[in-house]
Amino acid sequence: MNAKGRVFKYGDNVDTDVIIPARYLNTSDPGELAAHCMEDIDRDFIKQVNKGDIIVAEKNFGCGSSREHAPIAIKAAGVSCVIAETFARIFYRNAINIGLPIIECPEASRGIQAGDEVEVDFDSGVITNVTRGTSFQGQAFPEFMQKIIASEGLINYINNK
Amino acid sequence: MGMTMTQKILAAAAGLDKVEAGQLIEANLDLVLGNDITSPVAIKEMDKFTAKGVFDKDKIALVPDHFVPNKDIKSAEHCKCVREFARKNEITNYFEVGEMGIEHALLPEKGLTVAGDVIIGADSHTCTYGALGAFSTGVGSTDMAAGMATGKAWFKVPSAIRFILTGKPAEWVSGKDVILHIIGMIGVDGALYKSMEFVGDGIANLTMDDRFTIANMAIEAGGKNGIFPVDALAEKYIKEHSDKPYIIYQADEDAVYDASYTIDLSQLRPTVAFPHLPENTHTIDEIRQMEAVAIDQVVIGSCTNGRLDDLRIAAKVLKDRHVAKGMRCIVIPATQAIYMQAMEEGLLKTFIQAGAIVSTPTCGPCLGGYMGILAEGERCVSTTNRNFVGRMGHVSSEIYLASPAVAAASAVKGVISAPEEL
Repeated sequence: MNAKGRVFKYGDNVDTDVIIPARYLNTSDPGELAAHCMEDIDRDFIKQVNKGDIIVAEKNFGCGSSREHAPIAIKAAGVSCVIAETFARIFYRNAINIGLPIIECPEASRGIQAGDEVEVDFDSGVITNVTRGTSFQGQAFPEFMQKIIASEGLINYINNK
Repeated sequence: MGMTMTQKILAAAAGLDKVEAGQLIEANLDLVLGNDITSPVAIKEMDKFTAKGVFDKDKIALVPDHFVPNKDIKSAEHCKCVREFARKNEITNYFEVGEMGIEHALLPEKGLTVAGDVIIGADSHTCTYGALGAFSTGVGSTDMAAGMATGKAWFKVPSAIRFILTGKPAEWVSGKDVILHIIGMIGVDGALYKSMEFVGDGIANLTMDDRFTIANMAIEAGGKNGIFPVDALAEKYIKEHSDKPYIIYQADEDAVYDASYTIDLSQLRPTVAFPHLPENTHTIDEIRQMEAVAIDQVVIGSCTNGRLDDLRIAAKVLKDRHVAKGMRCIVIPATQAIYMQAMEEGLLKTFIQAGAIVSTPTCGPCLGGYMGILAEGERCVSTTNRNFVGRMGHVSSEIYLASPAVAAASAVKGVISAPEEL
């Protein structure tokens, strides 16, 4: 499984309130949520994002609320992968559970800039910055999580067990 | 190598003699919780299961509290979805308006969370129940759905940071100051993926409400859970509120911790977290050296600080005083029982005489839902738990997190203040 796209770059502690503000949590429709994705941190994000694009951030991405609406909004906006130095733990679980690929890699987080073209190979964990001709080794998922992702989410994984 | 308190609870729930940090386990759940925002997403996921129904109708708690009483039509539809699911599956612990409260204040009060329990909740502040010696942690809606269907959840066993609390807090210093001090010290990802285990003889000087506040904000340091040992006070609380069997676990003598910090509670000062992260803390003494921070609104309530002790402290400050001209002061008792007790003690009268308003239980303003949204550039001192950009309203508004004592004093003065300055 691969992802390839243009990068939107953010800093430390991108919280779930800026990913999807609570004023929009009176709906759980992925399309409606996507329309407000990243609104309070980057008003232009939703106008500029294309299918397959990648979010790269620094430490503690997705901190704060447990709202699964956050990874749902990111996925529905067309983002193919989120790369960060570290993820907040509930966001990490939620992303895996809904099948949004995420990958921890501090070196990639430092070596990728906004607008770069980046490719991610999920099987090997290798992240390639096509624009700058550099590559980074991200942390591949443990086997157990790979199975959840391969099943396209936790529910199917449990159904198949 | 011994186990931490959290590791012992998880080992027992997974049917294992021993677990170690990093190990993936599947644990049996004692309670699965959801609210009006997270449950509808979980209920939708439940339909995808081949096996239908819930694992145990007595071990699920559904608490509409975020946008309740319904703030708009869409919220009303969400609540209807939760209500119908509860009815169809005969969920014992569904709490309708009139009996609901803010979930993390309500469930301990109803005796649903006891020592030794393993609890997941689709709300990040589920970590609150660690005050009673339970392992409890926040998850998302899909985990909630899987928990409701199977009664199990997977966990990566966490390592732990130990906080040794000593001494007695001074007057006007409470659990909120303790946890804000800790988050200021270790940062908003200082306990990422880890347990925060609070120990030491200083715990005896913390009320149960102090401990709930401290465990509640473990997530604000990135923690998986926060947990306290079960002493006589905690056991008394459990027995008064619950007839559920409970098990008291203690950390092994040779348990391993990633780090240990000793905190002398007697040295702590009223502490405020400035925008836009809970780690941006300043003591009241530091704040006095700064230019005065003028505020427009004060919120006293939430799963962090809407309990009886919190209201008593706020009322003590507001008694025979009045909020500053132009100040909006919103007081929200966290449950119906707290509301009733506050009424009987005359606290609500004190608030209203002081020019504050008193609301029915709701999470409302804490997450920018309703009941106190901020306009462009407005500032609020709040006893809630997060001061992220736009959390309570406009992206340029500001939230200053503080204790009920500081919030009440600030309402009177119109600038961030401690009660000792009144």
